[in-house]
Amino acid sequence: MAHSNWPLLEADNLSVTFPVSGGLWQAKKVVHAVNQVTIQIYPGETLGLVGESGSGKSTLGRALLQLERVATGEVRFEGLRITHGLTSDIARLRQQSAMIFQDPFASLNPRQTVGESIAEVLRVHQKVPRAQVAQRVAELLTLVGLRTQQASAKPSQLSGGQCQRAGIARALAIEPRLIVADECVAALDVSIQGQIVNLLMDLREKMGLAILFIAHDLAIVRRLCDRVAVMYLGRIVEEGPTEALFTRPLHPYTAALVSAIPEIDPDKPLPKNVLGGEPPSPIAVPPGCAFHPRCPYAQVQCRTGEPPLTRQIANHAYACVLNHEGDETVFPLIRGSIDEAQAC
Amino acid sequence: MKMTATFSRLRQRIIPRQQALYAGLAIVGLWLLVACLAPWVAPFDPIAQDVSSSLLSPSGAHPFGTDNFGRDVFSRVLWGARVDLQICILGVLFPFMLGTTLGALSGYSGGVVDTLVMRVIDIVLAFPFLVLMLAIIAILGPGLSSFYIAMAMVGWVSYARLVRAQVLILKQRDFILAARSLGYGHLRILFRHLLPNALTGAIVFSMSDCVLVLLNGASVSYLGLGVQPPTAEWGVMVAEGQSFITTAWWITTFPGIAIVLLAMGFSLLADGLGDKLGERV
Amino acid sequence: MSLLKVNHLTVTRGEDIALVDNVSLSLEAGEMLGLVGESGSGKTVTCRALMRLLPGAGLQITGGEVLLGGRDILSLSEGQMSAVRGREIGMIFQNPSSHLNPVMTIGEQIAESRRLHFGANRRQAREDALALLRQVGVPDPQNRLNNYPHEFSGGMRQRAMIAVALAPEPTLLIADEPTTALDVTVQMQILRLLGDLRAELGLAVIMITHDLGIVAQTCDRIAVMYGGRLCEVGDKREVLAEPLHPYTRGLIDCQPVSEGGQGRLTTIDGQPPVADHFPSGCRFHPRCGSADEACLDQPLLRYGRDSHSHAAACHHLLPTLIRREG
Repeated sequence: MAHSNWPLLEADNLSVTFPVSGGLWQAKKVVHAVNQVTIQIYPGETLGLVGESGSGKSTLGRALLQLERVATGEVRFEGLRITHGLTSDIARLRQQSAMIFQDPFASLNPRQTVGESIAEVLRVHQKVPRAQVAQRVAELLTLVGLRTQQASAKPSQLSGGQCQRAGIARALAIEPRLIVADECVAALDVSIQGQIVNLLMDLREKMGLAILFIAHDLAIVRRLCDRVAVMYLGRIVEEGPTEALFTRPLHPYTAALVSAIPEIDPDKPLPKNVLGGEPPSPIAVPPGCAFHPRCPYAQVQCRTGEPPLTRQIANHAYACVLNHEGDETVFPLIRGSIDEAQAC
Repeated sequence: MKMTATFSRLRQRIIPRQQALYAGLAIVGLWLLVACLAPWVAPFDPIAQDVSSSLLSPSGAHPFGTDNFGRDVFSRVLWGARVDLQICILGVLFPFMLGTTLGALSGYSGGVVDTLVMRVIDIVLAFPFLVLMLAIIAILGPGLSSFYIAMAMVGWVSYARLVRAQVLILKQRDFILAARSLGYGHLRILFRHLLPNALTGAIVFSMSDCVLVLLNGASVSYLGLGVQPPTAEWGVMVAEGQSFITTAWWITTFPGIAIVLLAMGFSLLADGLGDKLGERV
Repeated sequence: MSLLKVNHLTVTRGEDIALVDNVSLSLEAGEMLGLVGESGSGKTVTCRALMRLLPGAGLQITGGEVLLGGRDILSLSEGQMSAVRGREIGMIFQNPSSHLNPVMTIGEQIAESRRLHFGANRRQAREDALALLRQVGVPDPQNRLNNYPHEFSGGMRQRAMIAVALAPEPTLLIADEPTTALDVTVQMQILRLLGDLRAELGLAVIMITHDLGIVAQTCDRIAVMYGGRLCEVGDKREVLAEPLHPYTRGLIDCQPVSEGGQGRLTTIDGQPPVADHFPSGCRFHPRCGSADEACLDQPLLRYGRDSHSHAAACHHLLPTLIRREG
């Protein structure tokens, strides 16, 4: 996907922390929901952000849009600093970005009709002259596949899929360059999920939208996204082009995630190497590489010290001590390859 | 609150859910009608004294009898409806407006503002309600306007707490996050998005509060610090009729029944509204 | 004799809305049946009806029979039914947090079951609880016995709930979307666990899910429900390879296959039906590509030609049969 060289939205060593109540006499503890993340989204690109519970992907999405307080690091929109930035720059971000959410009903004001919610955006941002607001609302509803009569419906009168479409219409009313979709299909039925994803694909083509697609369903991410970033306990452990990431994952966690996708093939049994354990709580992050307690390839150096540095192979980055350079190893690594990797 | 709870339990045994709303509306509506039409329907002037006809028991000419000053009790009850309904409505409206605004601001701002408001609420709640009311009225001088000011200064706390709690919950909801992401200003979010959704509890509470205000107003007037004689007001009437309870029971009883009926009406409204608004949320 | 045989079960809400309409299923001992459907399909209500644990709200079983080991449990008294619940049929749920008592330790909750159903004394019950926690793969079970549910992580809580459900040693386990709320790696662990328990204990399982991938990799047979009715039922391989019902075909096509390709996803037009507005006749016909006037009559379950166990409820089965013949 051709895009310009400058990122639309980028984060530089971004950290978001939340205080944790540790009792009266203990030192104030914080949990790093997002831990020193550097990431870029280019215009017109769809970036998938995946991870399990405690990964911090939703927090990252909100922090990128300045909806969460940032502890350290910087977020830049079109090169201009947003974190602790000028009000005018933040306003610019707001006018060019929008968010869609997981729970379609909760993301709309229950006391407003769908038409009113959309019209409010148009009025606040003065997108069209007053007289044309109703017409623009009708246009937007048609664009997302709703009937214009549904403008007078309240969220409780619509189905989940329809509410989600209304939420997308409201996001489009702003005429954004970037949409952050936070698990926007997770709460929908399977037969409806595809409708929403297809809608996003169509809109992306029509409007050249950049999309940050936060999800835990890897199969959908594979279809929709150009690039994917995998998060674990607040850090990005791997990032690269979609196909490369899925066919040749470079981080053991990504490999485990990919192999855990259930497939509709009755002859394929459950994968043999089921990853043990669970993502630990972000309050108690293991030292060294946070993944080491569950990693089948963990070595001595992984258990202590700093988390591993990010290595880069072409446009594919991963944070692991295993050295993949120059070989075609694919997970699960065989014994020989691990020894080789350790030797490097 | 205890009285409302008793009404509620009684009601649930006699009248099923949906009917409560309509029954409540009917009763309160009837009293509103009475209050409006009193000047034309009341057979006698409520403050006109006629000592020759004093302490007459209920009859054709005086359906509720007359009191010790010869005033027609029936007319006084009808005219009293105007005063008592005014007490209910205004006595609830002012605390409602003050309390919901402060509660919403407090919940939305958080931090210092929130802490400050909560501490003020704690201080107000530390005093017994009636004691505080009476102290304020004593300073301002007796009369209905003092009563309203006192109600506003003391009664706002319940509304503030209710609305603050709702705002704290709603603040985290996705549609508020969406509003922020769309660049809406704080005032717009607070008044257009948060408040309309946070008022449900406060509205239902206000209906039960009407009952309490009515009883408060009656009590305060009974003590001579509210409505001043010779204005007809049910609480005052109950007080004045006290000494005649054995000889002329009608002077106290009929206004007493009126209080109970109006209170029941509001209570039914509260329950019915609670159910109705509850199902929508 | 089948372990479980459900014949023409109907559950209605109020006067006339059949949330579960004339559903018939069967399950052999040790078999795993995947009950698949989207929202409004009636799959959860069906299983609640099996346990006679329908949520109040005017829901009633108005027809059919449920034969457990030959005995119709719908005709049992409440007291007799209590003995069946737990002891013969167990259930695990999507959200363990809401189905475990937050103020009792896990050990107590398991032990309670053992004492109730087997009359075990305290020491024996505690030992049984320890063994069960070990069996479901909870590490350090000795100490975990004394933990409260909130001290367990998501996947561990699900394992604990499985232990509680297995404590009375049921022969049939109903699993209501047990992995939907779990991370994908933990999901695999739990499915693995259920498979192992099945093999060890000869447990029969009804797995309620909306995920065909889970069904494909773990179940023996599939039953697909839509709008309260059974659309298709049969052996997993037959149903997935050659679905007879358009809805099943649609569901299979809808799942984003994990192999690549960036094209559009297949979908089924429209949305799942709402109970108050069930379409007349075949409940799927408004969304079906091959619907015609015949579909205004409710279709009956009919068997596919090649099999005595693969059946679907569709008027348009016939052309498939003819195609297969030729």
